[in-house]
Amino acid sequence: MSEHAHAPRSAATPSDSAGPGKRTLGPCLGHPPADPPIDPCVKLDVEALLDGLEHYRPRRSGWTWRRAVPGLTAYEFTYHEASEPLANGVPLPAAHYFENIDPQPDCVITTEIASGRPEDDVRRMRMAAWHGADHIMVIRTAGQSHMDGLIEGTPEGVGGIAVTRKQVRLSRRALDLIEDEVGRPINFHSYVSGVAGPEIAVMFAEEGVNGAHQDPQYNVLYRNINMYRSFVDAAVAKHVMAAAGILQIDGAHNANATAVKAWKVMPELLVQHAINCAFSEAVGMPAELIALSTVPPDAAPAPCMRMDLPYAVALRDLFGRYKMRAQQNTRYMESDGRDATVSHVMNLMVSRLTSADIQSTITPDEGRNVPWHYNNIAAVDTAKQSLVGMDGLREMVKIDRDNPELRDRVRELKERAVLFLEAMLEDGGYFAGVEKAYFVDSGEYPETHDDGIAREGAGGVAAGSIVPRADDYLAPVCHHFGENHLELLEAYGAPAGSPACTLIGGCTFCDDAKVPFIDELDPTDNATQRLMQTAELREKGLIKPEVEWAGDGIVAVTMFLPAAEAVAEAAALELGRAMNLTDCEVIHKRVMHPAEGTLIELKGRLDVAIDPATLVIPEPPDVLTDEEIRDFVHERGLKCVAATVGNDEHSVGMREIIDIKHGGLEKWGFGVTYLGTSVPIEKVLDAAIEHAASVVLISTIITHADVHREMMGKLADLAEEKGVREKLLLISGGTQVTDEIARESGMDAGFGRRTKGIDVASFVVREMQTRGL
Amino acid sequence: MAREDTFAEARKHLEGLSDAELEARFWTLARQCVDPMVELARTHTSPSIERSVLMRMGVDSVTCKAVVAECEVRGLLGHGAGQVVLHAMREWGVDAATAAGRLAEGQGWELAEGTWGGVR
Repeated sequence: MSEHAHAPRSAATPSDSAGPGKRTLGPCLGHPPADPPIDPCVKLDVEALLDGLEHYRPRRSGWTWRRAVPGLTAYEFTYHEASEPLANGVPLPAAHYFENIDPQPDCVITTEIASGRPEDDVRRMRMAAWHGADHIMVIRTAGQSHMDGLIEGTPEGVGGIAVTRKQVRLSRRALDLIEDEVGRPINFHSYVSGVAGPEIAVMFAEEGVNGAHQDPQYNVLYRNINMYRSFVDAAVAKHVMAAAGILQIDGAHNANATAVKAWKVMPELLVQHAINCAFSEAVGMPAELIALSTVPPDAAPAPCMRMDLPYAVALRDLFGRYKMRAQQNTRYMESDGRDATVSHVMNLMVSRLTSADIQSTITPDEGRNVPWHYNNIAAVDTAKQSLVGMDGLREMVKIDRDNPELRDRVRELKERAVLFLEAMLEDGGYFAGVEKAYFVDSGEYPETHDDGIAREGAGGVAAGSIVPRADDYLAPVCHHFGENHLELLEAYGAPAGSPACTLIGGCTFCDDAKVPFIDELDPTDNATQRLMQTAELREKGLIKPEVEWAGDGIVAVTMFLPAAEAVAEAAALELGRAMNLTDCEVIHKRVMHPAEGTLIELKGRLDVAIDPATLVIPEPPDVLTDEEIRDFVHERGLKCVAATVGNDEHSVGMREIIDIKHGGLEKWGFGVTYLGTSVPIEKVLDAAIEHAASVVLISTIITHADVHREMMGKLADLAEEKGVREKLLLISGGTQVTDEIARESGMDAGFGRRTKGIDVASFVVREMQTRGL
Repeated sequence: MAREDTFAEARKHLEGLSDAELEARFWTLARQCVDPMVELARTHTSPSIERSVLMRMGVDSVTCKAVVAECEVRGLLGHGAGQVVLHAMREWGVDAATAAGRLAEGQGWELAEGTWGGVR
């Protein structure tokens, strides 16, 4: 991260039309009565969040960066690129080895939420926030960019959400609660693009949205919205965003995602970033609110890091004044979650070796469906894990700027970008360049393949809709970009030099009470109606699987089928039906061998809901105090023998249970004799007798051939034979051992994954007390 | 038009530039590129821009849409839909939301016609 990127910033100060005595946009947002805090053990009450929404006002405007904590210490570690810890969160899987620390990297981490239903989105936002996301981006429903005007209410979206005032307000209200719960500000983000950009920008400013994509080039190239309209609208939208301190992210990464050969568009990417940055600053957006959406363009099997690093360096050389939002490569993403995750990690390494202010994530299942929420979490965890794991790496591993390949390529990319700009200007400028298909060509400029995207100035959605501002053009509101004859206000009776919105008694940016609210326009397609369909699940607390929406019943099944790809796919669908799944669909397949078989991931719908009242849930283990255990062990001088049995060379798990260093049995004074790995059962029992031990601990892996049961049974039988069964506690453990399996096999207890020494020690003491030993 | 990679020849005039000079040239060209677009934006408006002005005056989106559509038909966008509403507010002595509401119902357009002329 660039060094200037750490400090929290306040919203940009608008330099124009807000006159003396007028409050700027930030502090004039409403001061609503706060909602009661949410309880980490209780689900979000979505109905309550929808209730009274017409009165809810956001608590702040503008973007918030994480607060860096240089030299943060946690457990036995020091971090160089970390930020303030969370009050509540879910740490990485291995954290339980490290006292459950959950260090947070310095970059803001993004997740993209796209359920299409705001009432489901808010629950996902909460889960993502607990894992470390503090930039929640909602994807818009297909087609919204072509809607000339705002949508209202909460209609269901396709592949994203209908972004409306009510949806935004509901989300922000939920995020206000969630950020209090996790103890870190959360940025809410969507899109200010399409043919209603200025209106969306105003609505976002009024509703406390913190970040937005805004890049007129996206409209022109990918949405075929008229180019003149796109830039005219963008100027007003950007000016409004700046007034509200909304961070802007550009859209250049789309060229990468669209190009036939993504590695060829690097010079053009530099040009696209430059056009949006220069245009944004020219219409009043400060550099610190401008972020580049940058993607390492390539993916393996290309030697992608060596190809992408010079680009990342060239980009940061040229755009050092702006923020970097590092996006993940999606161009070559398929349905394989593992493949997507590895690409993500390599992209994260580029971020750590160069810089990133925001680290974006793409869910690893985006290549196959609208992202499922647990995949959102997977991607956030991948970013957190990688960034924390590479903390401070760049202090030891530096980019070699003198490496000839890197040096020459960095220079070449800059020169190619300059040549692109020179030629486009020569050809008549940006609009002419778009008409001549300069952009998204698969040749590396100045090479062209004549396959770029061409748009006509007179064409596209909303062509011919811009109008020259007349000599008496007037907009009696604050923060309005462009020619505005405010001097005419005097003719309408305003005192000379008064603010732009005097005559209307204050605009919504100055008087928050003026912000209007439309609830629903469609009596059937709205959140309240949809929630009624799942009301029973919530009222009775029924449990039904879900991935996109509450109660959708969708499950995924992973299976290996010993058949060729096409056969395996057909067989999987049949197996899904045999499992009572409906709407079965193969979402991923991977050939293991053309003849030997195929890995299949299948999704289907399971229309079953479980009533938790019918479940038997094992009580969590109840442990004794250190003193109780120590006293008991000392009085009797308890001894135990321990071994890993069978053909198993694992010793880590057993060490955790016995070593004093890991809080194992030795801690309370047990005399432990560790016999090693792959120890025969006879030897274990002989040692127990020889040492006069009271406890025998064996560690075993679970095998397909049930060797674990055999080992346990053999130990019990042998102890019986030798007449010591009554005097000995026989305990087995292993990552997949359960108490049930162990007892079935003649043991006194079994302990599985996550067992600690205290669990075993407590069992030993209690059991011996019960038996009167 | 398809073209071979002419980079080696095309770059000749850039060869002598230092990195700093090259980067400065990049930004000079980028600004040159956006200048006319900024000027276009400064001097033009659009239906969405005018609706965004009415929103800031406290008018809801449905009413904004109706008023701006009528302004478009009547060729008034160039004077600013906000000004049309302001005009009506002053005439009727009501706030912006009320004035825009009446205009959306089709009332009072003769006021604008009197000032800026009729449907073009």
